[in-house]
Amino acid sequence: MISDKDVKYIAGLARIHLEDDQVTHLTKDLEGILHYIEKLNKLDVTQVDPTSHVLPLKNVYREDEVKPSLSQEEVLKFSVEQRDGSFKVPKVIE
Amino acid sequence: MKYETVIGLEVHLQLSTNTKIFCGCANKFGEAPNTLTCPVCLGLPGSLPVVNKKVLEYGIKIGSALNCKINSFVKFDRKNYFYPDCPKDYQISQFDFPIAYDGFVTIPMDDNGEKKITIHRAHLEEDAGKLIHDAQANCSLVDYNRTGTPLVEIVSDPDLRSPQEAYDYLQVLKLTLQYLNVSDCDMEKGSLRCDANISIREQGDTKLGTKTELKNMNSFKAVKVALEYEENRQRQVVEAGDRVVQETRLWDDAKNMTLVMRSKEEAHDYRYFPEPDLVPFIQDEKIIEEIRQSIPELPAQKLERVIKEYQISEYDAKIIIQDACLAGFFENCTKYYKDTKKICNWMNGALLQEINSRKTTITDITLKPEDFSLLIKKVEEGLISNLAGKDVLKFMLDTGKSADVLIEEKGLAQVSDDGALKEIIQQVISENEKVVQQIKEGKDSAAGFLVGQAMKKSKGKANPKKVGELIRQILKGDS
Ligand SMILES: [Zn+2]
Repeated sequence: MISDKDVKYIAGLARIHLEDDQVTHLTKDLEGILHYIEKLNKLDVTQVDPTSHVLPLKNVYREDEVKPSLSQEEVLKFSVEQRDGSFKVPKVIE
Repeated sequence: MKYETVIGLEVHLQLSTNTKIFCGCANKFGEAPNTLTCPVCLGLPGSLPVVNKKVLEYGIKIGSALNCKINSFVKFDRKNYFYPDCPKDYQISQFDFPIAYDGFVTIPMDDNGEKKITIHRAHLEEDAGKLIHDAQANCSLVDYNRTGTPLVEIVSDPDLRSPQEAYDYLQVLKLTLQYLNVSDCDMEKGSLRCDANISIREQGDTKLGTKTELKNMNSFKAVKVALEYEENRQRQVVEAGDRVVQETRLWDDAKNMTLVMRSKEEAHDYRYFPEPDLVPFIQDEKIIEEIRQSIPELPAQKLERVIKEYQISEYDAKIIIQDACLAGFFENCTKYYKDTKKICNWMNGALLQEINSRKTTITDITLKPEDFSLLIKKVEEGLISNLAGKDVLKFMLDTGKSADVLIEEKGLAQVSDDGALKEIIQQVISENEKVVQQIKEGKDSAAGFLVGQAMKKSKGKANPKKVGELIRQILKGDS
């Protein structure tokens, strides 16, 4: 059973703001999804390998060779605020 | 009541590859902020990570050296959290199929015995960016250069029973990792970091107590002191009838105590799921074996071998194997000079003193094993005094010249020539009749005074051993 509280908790983890009517709506949706998963859980999959990726690919890698990076100027264009070559953000405490 | 302390450690090691784990940005420390980033490590939409082959290789190497099983099937997963040092809002890590698992390292115990510490797992992941907190301006500054630096996280089982054991485990682990040449293992630069889990329980209890997680220790010493503090704190909590609360605590070096980290409840709900942007890896057994073969002799084996092969003390051997290059230098020296004990004395004494005071390493100095061996030989043969030998070593390190050339240039050779020495001794004898008389009357110790006088006259160049012999010889002939 999914409760309003679960939905609000998950929304909090994902940093999504939900209005009360959205919470009600999504609770119902999630409930339906979990029902479906329950059905899948009943299938016998002992002969099936778990899927870790949808593409039939493996062992894709690159050699350890340096490629040019972006310049500080280009990168800091993405910042809302900057100082001393760094991204300036509201104070976070560890 | 008697308590037992239970400790497990998580060590993060930055790998010294040329590039980051998922992109071609250079993996370098100390560059200007935000000059080593690209769309991949900044997590810009549409960019795709590709695994650095070398990182997998280093992971297998580390796992093998720690006696782990290597997973033939390896995949990556997303660990989700929001923090400004993590531009993608998730860290690519490994959840259920780490590169290596179930290994061990052996630590020395007080009773000359050993103890096996189980390595639970070692997995690959990416490092986060660096945050600098500015208390005055009430802001934080983010440098993303470190984002995507390859890391191996090595997790031990809760097998450690004291802060001292934790310290010893870290020493053994670090030395082993240094031998592999996969990281500079420098805690000051942050390339090796350690978090600790600690709990206490009644002696004999098999259930684990509630643990706290300690972070922010900047040296092995700090790890030990923080664990000692926390061990005491938990004991006091329990003895006061309270319960230990599961929480993360930060070590404060200045205050010498651990403090609760302010964090939100959901901080540990990471919602791992398979990284859809990376396909899995099936490791070829042949390649795993090749990497395993490339592992050099590790410190524990080297220690045992050099003691046996060169007949040196465990004490000397332990100093020598602290650095694979130092051990290599020692072994090379033995090809040029046979007295291994003397080589140890010179290496672990004068040479290491010079290296330390110059803040350098055996690899960065230009000293050749054959030159160093020659110097030892010259001293042992009495061509130069012990003291002069130490000076010659300094000159050798300063100039790169050989011992031979320097002894000649500085005129340091001792006078051992009988004729020249006898002349000096005759002078000393005639100037010190009283002392000579004492010696003749049997006060042999007075001979030392004459040797001193002869040394003075020769301006320190006379070979004191030879002078002593000659004095006794001459005086005997007289009587
Ligand atoms: Zn990059």
